[in-house]
Amino acid sequence: MPTARYHIIHETRYDYECPVSLSQQLLHLTPRDCPWQTCVEHAIDIIPTPTHDGTRLDSFGNPLRQFAIEAPHDSLLVRAESLIDVHPHLTARPFAKSPAWETVRDGLAYGAHPVQLDAAPYLFESPYVRVKREFSAYAAPCFTPGRPLLEAVQALMKKIFTEFKFDPKATTIATPVLKVLEQKRGVCQDFAHLMLACLRSLGLAARYVSGYLLTQPPPGQPRMIGADASHAWISVFCPDKEGGFWVDFDPTNNLLPDTQHITLAWGRDFGDISPLRGVILGGDAKMPEVAVTVMPAGEVATQAPHFSAE
Amino acid sequence: MPRSLLLNYPRRTDRFDEMLAEGSELRPAWRGFLEHLSTATAEQMRHRTDYVHRRILENGITYNVYADPEGADRPWELDPLPLILSSGEWDEISAAVTQRARLLNALLVDLYGEQTLLKDGNLPPALVYGHNNYLWSCQGIRPPGDTWLHLYAADLARSPDGRWWVIGDRTQAPSGAGYALENRVIVSRVFPEQFRDLGVQHLAAFFAALQENLAHWAPTSEDGQKPLVVLLTPGPYNETYFEHAYLARYLGYPLVEGQDLTVRNQRVYLKTLTGLRRVHAIVRRLDDDFCDPLELRGDSALGIPGLLQAVRAGHVLMANALGSGLLESAALPGFLPGVCEKLLGEELRMPSVGTWWCGEESALDFVIDNLDRLVIKGAFPSQHLEPTFGDELKGAKRDEMIDRLRTRPQAYVAQELVRFSQAPTWSKVHERRLLPRGVALRVFVAATANGYTVMPGGLTRVTSAINARMISMQRGGSSKDTWVLGDVAPSTFSLIKPLLGKADLVRSGSNLSSRVVENLFWFGRYSERCEDGARLLRVGLSRLVDAGPEDIPALLSAFEVCKALGLLPQNTEEKTELPQQETTSKEPANTPPKIPTRAEIEGRLLAGLCTSEWGDGLAGNVRRLLWVGAQVRERFSLDNWHALNRLQHQLQGYNKQKPAIRDALAFLDQMLLAASALAGFAMDDMTRDDGWRFLIIGRRIERLIFLANAISQFLRLQSTRAPGCIEWLLELADSIITYRSRYMAQPELMPALDLIVFDDTNPHSVIFQLQGAQRYLSRLSHEIGDSLDDAVQRLAAFDLKCFESRDFGDCQSCGTCLKLADLLDEIANAAANLSDRLAMRYFTHIGDVGRQTLAA
Repeated sequence: MPTARYHIIHETRYDYECPVSLSQQLLHLTPRDCPWQTCVEHAIDIIPTPTHDGTRLDSFGNPLRQFAIEAPHDSLLVRAESLIDVHPHLTARPFAKSPAWETVRDGLAYGAHPVQLDAAPYLFESPYVRVKREFSAYAAPCFTPGRPLLEAVQALMKKIFTEFKFDPKATTIATPVLKVLEQKRGVCQDFAHLMLACLRSLGLAARYVSGYLLTQPPPGQPRMIGADASHAWISVFCPDKEGGFWVDFDPTNNLLPDTQHITLAWGRDFGDISPLRGVILGGDAKMPEVAVTVMPAGEVATQAPHFSAE
Repeated sequence: MPRSLLLNYPRRTDRFDEMLAEGSELRPAWRGFLEHLSTATAEQMRHRTDYVHRRILENGITYNVYADPEGADRPWELDPLPLILSSGEWDEISAAVTQRARLLNALLVDLYGEQTLLKDGNLPPALVYGHNNYLWSCQGIRPPGDTWLHLYAADLARSPDGRWWVIGDRTQAPSGAGYALENRVIVSRVFPEQFRDLGVQHLAAFFAALQENLAHWAPTSEDGQKPLVVLLTPGPYNETYFEHAYLARYLGYPLVEGQDLTVRNQRVYLKTLTGLRRVHAIVRRLDDDFCDPLELRGDSALGIPGLLQAVRAGHVLMANALGSGLLESAALPGFLPGVCEKLLGEELRMPSVGTWWCGEESALDFVIDNLDRLVIKGAFPSQHLEPTFGDELKGAKRDEMIDRLRTRPQAYVAQELVRFSQAPTWSKVHERRLLPRGVALRVFVAATANGYTVMPGGLTRVTSAINARMISMQRGGSSKDTWVLGDVAPSTFSLIKPLLGKADLVRSGSNLSSRVVENLFWFGRYSERCEDGARLLRVGLSRLVDAGPEDIPALLSAFEVCKALGLLPQNTEEKTELPQQETTSKEPANTPPKIPTRAEIEGRLLAGLCTSEWGDGLAGNVRRLLWVGAQVRERFSLDNWHALNRLQHQLQGYNKQKPAIRDALAFLDQMLLAASALAGFAMDDMTRDDGWRFLIIGRRIERLIFLANAISQFLRLQSTRAPGCIEWLLELADSIITYRSRYMAQPELMPALDLIVFDDTNPHSVIFQLQGAQRYLSRLSHEIGDSLDDAVQRLAAFDLKCFESRDFGDCQSCGTCLKLADLLDEIANAAANLSDRLAMRYFTHIGDVGRQTLAA
């Protein structure tokens, strides 16, 4: 498969009913550079203009934009636009040849050598990911004794894809992952958190990946601006002779991410890398309007009617 | 001789005795003290224990107990007998905890920096990445001087063989240093001669070192001014809030809450009355994950959004550094010997209590085999796991625990049981007796530019019973002062800096936060409201007690004014009156209203003092007064505090279920006495800064509203035309003595009105309140300052001559009375509006708490 080039627009708009006197925001909207991904062009526009503004890398190596608006304002618009090349990167190594999952688990436990310091941050509980026997029990049928790690993880991905229903009404950001397991419904964040909980409860290292997915418009219809959404999947650590490598799995679509998935950032869970995270003084608790457009470069999208009407 | 006291004191062989050596000989350090104690009479000792008890109540030393269903502050428990340690022994302790502070600081430097300990396998990653107080956002931050721990505390206990062990580390925001100081202040006054003769080492130098260290590492301010250091508290609901206020006052740091601070351009500012003031260092008593809702816990309403970025930029010093809570882990001590070798190249001087982290396979097997002599704890504070004693687990529970350990071994730690050493405490029950109790010692260490220094003393914690396995102030333990004997005469240094330069002189309280000012304003209003209410209720109740039939009309009028001013809570009696009125509605409208019986009046007046709930009536206002007082505790002198605390005890002692009139009157007298004490402190005991000005304006506004309303009602109501009414009106305005000395006759209306409305030399007159408020307002702001001018002018224009040659007894709501009543109503309204305008202009609002937003 050839390299894919995408034009991505991610717009977030807050309209406040009463003015906000101080707003401080952290943005994870700049695509991370990876061996398989190059960011050709990138810009973030913020209206109103921030009083203070800066960029740095966060503790997980993701680009981070931090700004503050110290004057009263009624609305906030953040518009991130990127031009990105994604190269094919599916691992050539057959899953069946990967080490047995118990071997991987034992290699990550304390006392094993060498110490896998890259994987260690993603082994334990984090605010959105619990470690509990309910999760290891759910994953147990896929993790049979001696099964190669990547095969078992792929089986788990398929199990979640088959048994869970995609339902945006069923959950919010605050829904605990244990509840997601009970009700078997949710969105991509929930499925990613659930899969992480299963893997970490088994003693494996896995991280949360945030990004975008290229979707195809219904046959015969044009691509609509803002019709997409941000996406989330997971990545699991697999040791090898050189140390180890990470393999992505998308439980929402039962896919092995390749050139259709664009990576923004990774961390322990959603909380580490949520695209916009802020604290405001004043304003209200209304949810923002978010519009994401992922286009193969060169293609022209049509203004979505629902967005221009508002 | 000591023998007599020691006769009933059991020495046990299974634990170390702090006072007695082998063969029941007194240890040398204890001899001098015990000799004195054995000669002290029972009466002397009673005085001493009473003194301790009284000081604790009066100083309001408390420890909030979360689990207490009453949610109440519990008085601090302090045994008068100190724990005594020889200087030789102290040197060993001191060297060991200093080393431990250095070690833990080096550990933080490594874990938030290079992480060589993790890379080399000296420390399990689970204890770092699995710990909810490992703050990812702090990774890579380097605090000034690489000092993470500015104040560190170690909990020590002594095993039967006499060795000291570390049983806990406090690295986040150690509590107890303030309580230790307060214990010292009290106990050194109980035994002043012994304290001096034994050469007990003083504590003040320790706090001075802490202050100097913060000033040293704080970022320099642009204008060459002294760095501003604040003490950040989670607020009055925190279990150790007393200590926050106490330390803030002792160290001279403003006590602030998160909403008092704001971050602008990566710098921290205090919101003060006169604008934003740069803050250079923050001593925090707030857990680190709550400190910045932007980057840490988003659900924290207590923190300061953007704080971490200010820290990253090096614009503010945090003590202790954010992230240091990581070391408060039950599992860590087991790894310290190795870490100490690696980081410091030294052997660990004082061992930790035997600790096994179950995440290691060999440790897990050991723990399961030896469960009976171990206690199981959670490896991370986020687990909120109560310690479980292995020998108390039987049958299914034991199997369940073993299953849990095997399923998630990383989450559990086993520790050896600690058998505390014992020390004598003074019996509260027996005549003269020493009771042995388990003790543990909390020792405090502070960073200085030249390394760590130890507080010579500490907080000794005492178990509630001799066999108790836990020491916890939450579970009803007590405390002791700790005396470290010196071999040289101790310095008489106390916390008064000898070398202040001219630049250090501070005149105005420019560090006043808006929140403090708001609380002082309401403190003024509530103290006046309590006083006014008490005065009016006393007018009524005193006429109920010793009144003959001729006094009844005056009683009725006072009762009606109470009702009109809303002083009497609506109660069931009033509701039952309604249907009665309906049945009589067919009768002519001018039928006089039903006259309440004496019993009804009594019931309603007592309810005005307090109902079965504390929230209503005068008692409710007293409680609100105490509450706002508690918010600004550090602003009051100790004596002022004592007055408030006495008031609280009087309120608690009042029988709200079945009050007798006599008790109610006694309480009102006490209330008025306390009120005049508070008024005295306000005038004579507080610095004249803007905070004080708001307190006084609050008092003036409240009294103005009360007087204006009361006099207006008096003029409007028909019942006040009866004999004896003008007397009580004068009594209400505390002006009866002045009146009598001026006129030496039965009170009449016009001179009475002159005295309580128009006489600007009477501190209880309407005009006095107006002019006073006007004067203090003009110091604050001109735009608000003139909002009372209109009222003052109209009052001055009012001519009392129109009341001349009128007999008030015959007056039936005449135009003259109504005219003055209307004017007084307008004045009361203007005062209420002024209060609102002040709030809009100067005070922070509760709504000023940041709101987290997330978008995907």
